[in-house]
Amino acid sequence: MRLLVVWIGLLINAACWALPALPVTEAAPGVFVHVSEHHWPDRENHGEIANIGFIVGDDCVAIIDSGGSPQQGLALRKAVKNATSKPICYVINTHVHPDHIYGNRAFKEKGVRFVGHYKLARAMATRAPYYLSRADEVLDIRVGPDNIIPPDLQVKQTMNLNLGNRELVLTAHPSAHTDNDLSVYDKNTDTLWLADLLFLEHIPVIDGSIRGWLKELQRLEKNHYKLVIPGHGRLVKDWPVSLQPQKAYLEQLAGEIKVMIKHGKTLEYAIERVGLSAKNNWQLFEQFHRKNVTIAFAELEWED
Amino acid sequence: MKKLSNFALLFLLLPVLALAEGDDITWNNTLKTQFFAGKTIEESDAVIELEAPYRAEDPAIVPVKVISKMPQTQDKYIKKIWVFVDKNPFPFVGEFEFFPESGKADLAMRVRVNTYSNIRAIAETNDGKLTMTKKFVKASGGCSAPVGADLDEAMKRLGKVKFRLDEGLKTGQPTQAQLMISHPNLTGMQMDQMTRYVRKSHFIDQLKVTFNDKPVLNAKIDIAISADPNFRFYFVPDKPGELKAEFSDISCESPTSRKVCDKGASYSHQYAVAP
Repeated sequence: MRLLVVWIGLLINAACWALPALPVTEAAPGVFVHVSEHHWPDRENHGEIANIGFIVGDDCVAIIDSGGSPQQGLALRKAVKNATSKPICYVINTHVHPDHIYGNRAFKEKGVRFVGHYKLARAMATRAPYYLSRADEVLDIRVGPDNIIPPDLQVKQTMNLNLGNRELVLTAHPSAHTDNDLSVYDKNTDTLWLADLLFLEHIPVIDGSIRGWLKELQRLEKNHYKLVIPGHGRLVKDWPVSLQPQKAYLEQLAGEIKVMIKHGKTLEYAIERVGLSAKNNWQLFEQFHRKNVTIAFAELEWED
Repeated sequence: MKKLSNFALLFLLLPVLALAEGDDITWNNTLKTQFFAGKTIEESDAVIELEAPYRAEDPAIVPVKVISKMPQTQDKYIKKIWVFVDKNPFPFVGEFEFFPESGKADLAMRVRVNTYSNIRAIAETNDGKLTMTKKFVKASGGCSAPVGADLDEAMKRLGKVKFRLDEGLKTGQPTQAQLMISHPNLTGMQMDQMTRYVRKSHFIDQLKVTFNDKPVLNAKIDIAISADPNFRFYFVPDKPGELKAEFSDISCESPTSRKVCDKGASYSHQYAVAP
């Protein structure tokens, strides 16, 4: 019997060791990114669909988004171990969506601080019960309240984190993709980790404010960055050129919806008609576009 | 052998079919006795029909419309319509009272749909007969949650009200009015052990619309109504006057029980109508 226990123990251990490290590329010196393909989160991909990664300083490492499942969190942790012997000191969650936070638990240990927008904890409180209740059925993963880790450090406007000769500037954005978007700027390499404030190829997903998002893009567009890392899509080295498709999509949506509201059209009417000409420009258009129209309409009808 | 395999196949498919079509388990086991004990309900589309998207694109805002098949007259009219989303944690959406003065007992609204579920509407005509109709709605998955996107924005506008008459005024005829109320209609937050947030639900529970002090629509509603409640209904503007909406909100300890609640604020909004 004891032998069996040892044997099972070894098996589990072996399974842990056998877990492959998450493939990452060093997009800039010390900036490691896992660039994901675009998929609707499902039982096959377990919600592992976002770009996630980490930044390595002289003293320690900051994780930027922990992954879409507990397994992906562990795989990311392994990728860190492969890249450096430095300890992990921060886990930065760029917003509340499950594909960015479900790996958190893999990093929960003494010395690791979780960092997020000051509205992230509240968003977790409102949404997590629903996310958790659906994870088994929708993503085929086992998660519970322990997998939802609210930030220890809350960013109200900006916050600087020093990883040892490496300063990260965290910015809490006004409501845009969600109401709890946080971006990370790495001074050393002039890299802006925008996460889901930027989508390429994958249709932008509105879950905050279309007006706020457009306003934020107009502000960011004026800046220069050597490298910009989107939450979904390829790495961007031509900022702000690669931003334009997303901006155009959001502007088209807002423009068409405003005209319909002015003419007294209903939400149902708008959902069937707005923005359909953008269909061939985006992956996962069918899955997200009508949701975008719905949420934008509900916001814009209160304008004035 | 063929028969047997067909039978096996049918057996395998049964749960899938049940899921695809939506089931009546919650209705049969709970809702029917809770709300209509001892009553006979006919299932048909003869009195009202329900319009709802097959797929809920945003589960926080699912447009649903009840369409009446008869005009409202003094002799015969739809008195009440109940709406339920079977599989929501709190299935009761609302109880809506209509009058001959409503002109037409149509009602459009936006609701929260948590998961794959039947949405059903039951109408009571003034002769006491009950008729039920239902639609199956698939809730979307992914990062969509049935809560409002921007809570603070909704809180900032709280209490703001708009009436819109987008189809123009038809003197003496049923005319459509849209009532927009800015209110977060909070379902309540329960993640106290990890995020330290315990927040009670906070939603509009009573709504009364009148035209020149005559009732048009009375409603008892709940958290299944989306943030920024939105209703389209009919009234008959026979002469110049005033459309008036009066409503109140409530705050409850539990999202799924109405036993411990605190009464909130009352609101009122008038709109001049000149046919």
